[in-house]
Amino acid sequence: MANTPDYNWPPMEKRRIIGKPYKRLDGPQKASGRAKYGSDIRPKGLLFGVYLTSPHAHARVTSIDTSAAEKSAGVKAVHVVSPAGTEVQWAGTEIAAVAATTEEAARDAVRKIKVEYEVLPHLVKEDDLAKAGARGKAAGEKVVGDPDKAFQEAEAVSEGQYGIPVITHCCLETHGSITQWQGDQVNVWPSTQDVTHYAGSLGPNLKVPIANIHVKQDYIGGGFGSKFAPDSWGQVGAFLSQKSGGRPVILFLDRETELMIAGNRPSAYAKIKIAGKKDGTVTAWQSDSWATGGFTGGGSPPLPYIIDTIPNQRLHHTAVAVNAGPNRAWRAPNNQQASYLTCSALEDFAAKIGMDPMDVFHKNVSYAPSARVETYRYQLQKAAELADWKKLWHPRGEGGSGMVKRGLGLGFSAWGGGGHQSQCRTTINPDGSVLVEIGTQDLGTGTRTIITQVAAETLGLQMGAIKLAIGSSDLPPDSASGGSTTVGGVSSSTRKAAVNALAKLFEAAAPALGAQPEDLEAVDSRIRVKGNPSKTLSWQAACRKLGTTKISEMGENNQRNPGGLNTSGAAGVQVADVSVDTETGLVKINRYIAVQDCGMIINPRLAESQIHGAVIMGISTALFEQRVMDEQTGRMLNADMEFYKLAGINDIGEIVVHLDIREENDKRGVIGLGEPPAVAICAAVGNAVANAIGVRVPNIPMTPDHVLGALEGRNA
Amino acid sequence: MSSRKDPEPPAQPKTGFSRRGFIRGVGLGSGAVGTGLLEREAVAAPAPANVAGPGPVPITLTINGKPVNVTVEPRVTLLDAMRNYLDLTGAKRVCDRGTCGACTVILAGKTVYSCSVLAIDAQGKNIETIEGLAAGNNLHPVSTAFVNNDAQQCGYCTAGFVMAAKGFLDKHPNPTMDDVKHGLGGNLCRCGTYMGVRPAVLEAAKQMKGAKNG
Repeated sequence: MANTPDYNWPPMEKRRIIGKPYKRLDGPQKASGRAKYGSDIRPKGLLFGVYLTSPHAHARVTSIDTSAAEKSAGVKAVHVVSPAGTEVQWAGTEIAAVAATTEEAARDAVRKIKVEYEVLPHLVKEDDLAKAGARGKAAGEKVVGDPDKAFQEAEAVSEGQYGIPVITHCCLETHGSITQWQGDQVNVWPSTQDVTHYAGSLGPNLKVPIANIHVKQDYIGGGFGSKFAPDSWGQVGAFLSQKSGGRPVILFLDRETELMIAGNRPSAYAKIKIAGKKDGTVTAWQSDSWATGGFTGGGSPPLPYIIDTIPNQRLHHTAVAVNAGPNRAWRAPNNQQASYLTCSALEDFAAKIGMDPMDVFHKNVSYAPSARVETYRYQLQKAAELADWKKLWHPRGEGGSGMVKRGLGLGFSAWGGGGHQSQCRTTINPDGSVLVEIGTQDLGTGTRTIITQVAAETLGLQMGAIKLAIGSSDLPPDSASGGSTTVGGVSSSTRKAAVNALAKLFEAAAPALGAQPEDLEAVDSRIRVKGNPSKTLSWQAACRKLGTTKISEMGENNQRNPGGLNTSGAAGVQVADVSVDTETGLVKINRYIAVQDCGMIINPRLAESQIHGAVIMGISTALFEQRVMDEQTGRMLNADMEFYKLAGINDIGEIVVHLDIREENDKRGVIGLGEPPAVAICAAVGNAVANAIGVRVPNIPMTPDHVLGALEGRNA
Repeated sequence: MSSRKDPEPPAQPKTGFSRRGFIRGVGLGSGAVGTGLLEREAVAAPAPANVAGPGPVPITLTINGKPVNVTVEPRVTLLDAMRNYLDLTGAKRVCDRGTCGACTVILAGKTVYSCSVLAIDAQGKNIETIEGLAAGNNLHPVSTAFVNNDAQQCGYCTAGFVMAAKGFLDKHPNPTMDDVKHGLGGNLCRCGTYMGVRPAVLEAAKQMKGAKNG
């Protein structure tokens, strides 16, 4: 038959494996410490690479002398990254690197490198725009409708200033790789979110044919958007290996350098004015926002977030260049910031007119993209129900007479998803064994498990019958795991490859069953005639019909034309229930409600873990995380994990997830869930704190310092 | 955010090296520390007889009940000795400063951060690591419970968490959920797996008690 094969997902009621909560397949490897990450690979003759970095935030390297380091015991290679004349724009910039037989020897040698700097003036803080001077670049004003008139005629106007700081990715496995450059062959064991494109990015810089670069990664210790490219350390590790005569070199950043230079989320600050009616309808929005994404720019939150069709708007944004490490994509880039700024301003408007913010949000989601308005209304209602909002919400400042006040707050989110470009090869061997190959990576999201589920479902086999290969540049090309696009991409390419391979198996088995190939189906490890289950062959028997020729079929997810297998667009509403100690300023999460839109769920256990993880990471950012820069030295004061705080197991309260698995969502196909639930937490927590203590704490994180500051400001 | 696990107490002079011994050895009271004198004098002073290093010294570690010989400088941490000299990479180097717990091992029955213990000070004590938790392809009940409850994502904190949970359950075989939330406070996860870790530790407690009683 010349018809296009039917790649559609099987209907909900017919699925045996998709939609079931299988345990993650690599769980036993990880939980037993046997999983080998890039930083765990120990090839024979391994050399240890260590960086020397700049102590200055802004300086020119005037001289560098590596002679003593080269002679230092155990040293096999020295590479200068920033030669004399280089202008350094942030502290932590790589100056030189050493590879030696032990890490201790490499550290000793690095200390012997003599560098002289001409120290130049720096700016490292952006929270006060007035001090930014020429470092601020205004984007120009954007006006919609007639904001002046709308503000003049408004029944109510609220104003506020809000800020969300720079935070870091703080991946537990730092950035880096092990590299062996021997002759014209390069082997790399990186920590990357993009196995497929790693060699292509590295090749031109090494001037080595891309085909000679072999990339292998079984496990990655966290990426969150910060580990796409090989980066300068990918190259430097290769150079050190080459200079040492081809020995493998491990070059991973130390924690301090990781936190300073290997990625961060841009800040966002804004003065926001909202005009509206006393019934809660917003009529005008004005924002003067500013942000920094480091020296190279970045950080422009889309304001107003979600409710972007408010008829009258005046927007003004200034990008501030500071002498600090450059930003990278951070789990839903720009969205947390925009959600925090918008939801805070909306909650302040509700407080100004004396309305319940739940009602004000309900009213104003009509300004959201039309396809999502009803979804938000449904989710607001669901979140209110799960949070016991009617009973627990109170007007601001009525959080009880004791020292500890309780409050509820609300935030919303939106994200794309979709499925990235992906190719899968499915091989069916005459002995019945099945190999599925994709050059993708499992970031801990469960990618291995869901690919295997899709293949097993499609081929009518058990999970254990599928052998899966991922994490190598020798495999069919996939794409970067970013933008929550992996699950859509790999599930679709796997489905297509498996359908294509199965069609070939049907052709081989059809004569034995006295049927046409298109009349066959694969169920319960058997190939049988549809509607006539007595005409059947075991999977093995069917595969034996292949003789000595294996089936090897490709399947591709075309990002632009996913054919209904995956799509984009996930919405969410979240509610934080907090208690604030007004004496100590400590904020405690009681409960956290996440209502999340989704597409077809391949594995509900893993989907729920994604949402838990996103919320926990968000709670960490809402309560603890901020990059603290020192104006005097230009350095990050908390470039360690003692003072760059992450939430612990007792800091997160109880998390309630409502995953909206309804048939109407299932029909949309697969949608990624890495980012959608990670957006609204600062917004919800900030609003809950304001609700509890009766006063807005403008700046995230909700530390005792910020909370007490706001309380004192009110009393002053 | 706080941890109940303290770093190991200062080294006992068993190995011949301790900070106190070092200060005594160079003949200076602690009053000199603040002046910077100590450091300069230390270079000039003759090495006392019981000082190890600074060069590599042969040591014997008892890892999972077996003696292992390795030659490391006295400044090498137990974590680095395991990862960089012995190819035991289950324990991870994450903060390298006694905060996150990814490098957790059990030293003489006490849960410690192996980044905060010198290898030479770990001699003469049994060091339980994740590699020794279960034989062959088997899983320890704590590891099994982590798998069952999806208490892991990227997995980089997981080995440390499993060891911390094992050490915690050795001392608290019958914990409440509240005990778990406090007892595992010394380990940090970035992917946000705590909602899985909590029930995993309780499940492991049940399984391990069953194993003991059975």
